[in-house]
Amino acid sequence: MFKQLIALTSMGIQTLPQRAGSSSVIVIGIAGVVAVLVSVLAMATGFRHTMADSGRPDRVIVLRGGSDAELNSNLTRSDVDTIANAPGLAKDAEGKAVLSAEVITVVNLPKIDTGSDSNVTLRGVGLQVEKVRPELKIVSGRMFRPAVRELIAGAGAAKQFRGLTPGSVLHLRNADWTVTGLFATNGDVHESELLADADTVGSAIERSGYSSVVGLLTSASEFGTFKDALTTDPQLKVDVEREPEYYAAQSKQLTQLITVVGNTVAIIMAIGAMFGALNSMYAAVDARTLEIATLRAIGFGALPVLLSVMLEALALSLLGGLLGAALAWWFFNGHTVSTLGGAFAQIVFQVTVTTSLMVTGLVWACAIGVLGGLFPAVRSARLPVAEALRAT
Amino acid sequence: MKYLPLLWANLWRKKTRTIFTLLSVVVAFLLYGALATIDDAFENPQTGLTGVDKLITTNKFSLTLLLPFSDVQQIAAVPGVAVVTWITWFGAYYQESKNFVFALPIDTPTYFDLHKDEFVVSDAEMAAFRNTRSGVLVNSALMKKFGWHVGQKLPLHSTIWTQKADGSLDWTFDIVGTFAVKDPTQAGQQASTVLFHYELFDEGRSFGKGQVGWFEERVVDPSQSVQIAQKIDALFANSPNETKTQPAKDFAMSFVKQFGDVGFVLRAILGAVFFTLLFLTGNTMMQSVRERTPELAVLKTLGFSDAKVVGLVIGESLLLCLLAAVVGLAASYALIPVIRTVLQGIVTSPWLLPHGLGLAVLLALLVGTPPALRAMRLNVVDALMDKR
Repeated sequence: MFKQLIALTSMGIQTLPQRAGSSSVIVIGIAGVVAVLVSVLAMATGFRHTMADSGRPDRVIVLRGGSDAELNSNLTRSDVDTIANAPGLAKDAEGKAVLSAEVITVVNLPKIDTGSDSNVTLRGVGLQVEKVRPELKIVSGRMFRPAVRELIAGAGAAKQFRGLTPGSVLHLRNADWTVTGLFATNGDVHESELLADADTVGSAIERSGYSSVVGLLTSASEFGTFKDALTTDPQLKVDVEREPEYYAAQSKQLTQLITVVGNTVAIIMAIGAMFGALNSMYAAVDARTLEIATLRAIGFGALPVLLSVMLEALALSLLGGLLGAALAWWFFNGHTVSTLGGAFAQIVFQVTVTTSLMVTGLVWACAIGVLGGLFPAVRSARLPVAEALRAT
Repeated sequence: MKYLPLLWANLWRKKTRTIFTLLSVVVAFLLYGALATIDDAFENPQTGLTGVDKLITTNKFSLTLLLPFSDVQQIAAVPGVAVVTWITWFGAYYQESKNFVFALPIDTPTYFDLHKDEFVVSDAEMAAFRNTRSGVLVNSALMKKFGWHVGQKLPLHSTIWTQKADGSLDWTFDIVGTFAVKDPTQAGQQASTVLFHYELFDEGRSFGKGQVGWFEERVVDPSQSVQIAQKIDALFANSPNETKTQPAKDFAMSFVKQFGDVGFVLRAILGAVFFTLLFLTGNTMMQSVRERTPELAVLKTLGFSDAKVVGLVIGESLLLCLLAAVVGLAASYALIPVIRTVLQGIVTSPWLLPHGLGLAVLLALLVGTPPALRAMRLNVVDALMDKR
């Protein structure tokens, strides 16, 4: 039987060029589905990576209770002092808690490609920011100095928004700010932001308090101790979260939306492509009626005939899937895009076509191929041999 | 028209093939209907403000920074400004953060003057609202959604504003009435709106007193909008709170643009769908005509002109595409309420049907032309001998 299958399949594939028109329908139809599916999911994946790579489990973010997001939150200086004294925080050489009290606002900057205004996060950070966020690396220029109007821009932000090159001057709220350098933070969400000294930002926006406190714990397991100390303090009303959890919650909605929309569109397209595949495989079986009947007459079994038709459909769909995945990768992988994230500000991320997404695409392609090939294959196996031979 | 039965019969010559082709075209038009509707929502965003005579003034430096309430006097004095009102982002939700409520502290007289004739509120409920300090007017759709009733207390959680009295973020209001939105294209945008008094808000909040989120203006002559906007911004130039005034529509547009080029993504998807479809349907038509070569030859022998044969093939392709387009578009209309649960305020454009049908005709011509030409050039003698 195996021999028969091999013979039949190779025969089918050798005669493919004669049916080039209808076979290409399968390939192109499925390539379209897979290209759309992989591209859309690559956007969701890129966005999720950017958000999920933000933060480490041993770093905590403290907001005013019930605020949901940094932009809404407000902590006073005495709140910050209380938080600094909580147990579990790492201490520097001088015995000071390693934390950064931050002031978040958004500023309008034009996008490079469209020139339209975009909300970009300006984050005022504490003096210990480099200890709190050791992943922060200056990639060009230098760090900002505190107490003067200087800022550094994230590498992602610099690619998307105008005027963010070292040495350039931004006019923000009646004052000139110098961009002294660009920084990278392993591609996380902060690369979409501008960083400056918290008190300088605070005075620029006439704000005396802070938005959030980000602290480094001595170890990730100290989280419970730290959180309990703050939440049981009657003087304080704060929400304490591990950084990864905070950013996951912030990105959940958008990631879900893109994934749901992408999958829905791909499912509908897949149904369309399946009808196309059915048509083409029926046509293929029809065109080979005489051939198949002859083969059956000289002793080929029904099952090998069925399987060979299925294999042909599968081979064509796989080809389509590969083509689609390759197109998605070729056009979109590594593209930097930005969108309005959960917190009212732009998040820059890279469209990432991962291997697992491509595999997902190929699985879809095979599924469409199997469904599209099944009924035509059954018909080919059931072909009444004598009638088919007589008919032509 | 008299050829319709012939076209119909030809179409169903191979039932399975026609059904599968029809279904894939239906699917394409279903996607077209849904995605074009979403695209339209991003191209023509709703503002919650009806009319071309509305301006919005925000903080130029940052949308999230407040503006001094005292600006109102100066803006009102600008010639051509009919009325100015002030609003602040309250960032509210009901019970859980997923139950977003668009609660706005408003200045009642100027707000309803600006939105003259846009809301339907009964006189009694409007009077009750004016007389109740803690009163709120709730969109009737939102009332239904949460099962609220007039007369009950309404607790709302603000993610931003703490109260002076106890530092709490939980505010309590009294529902005194409901309102409906007259303009159906704005109904979606206003679907979760709750209006309450600015006085209560300003006295109740623990910080930011005397500062408001943004101003909305109505101008006397919409053709002067740009000049008036410039005059307003000139008032506050070089102050710590420079302003940015723009027509409400432009404001909405610039906000929507921030989501990125959604339109491009949608059109790219549709491009892929229709490119694929062109192949699929084109192939079916080609096959179908090829199989009928002898029949077409018979028609020609009987005296059918070349033009008629071309017409028959194109007609068949038109019938197939239009039939599928109508079914697909109808299905997409049914899908729109589902999309609305994810993207609030989506409305179907009146252009969807004519555009969709136009697309179907284009598709039919594209896939019908090659086989039609083939049928036209058919050599009768060869075709009758079935030399294809």
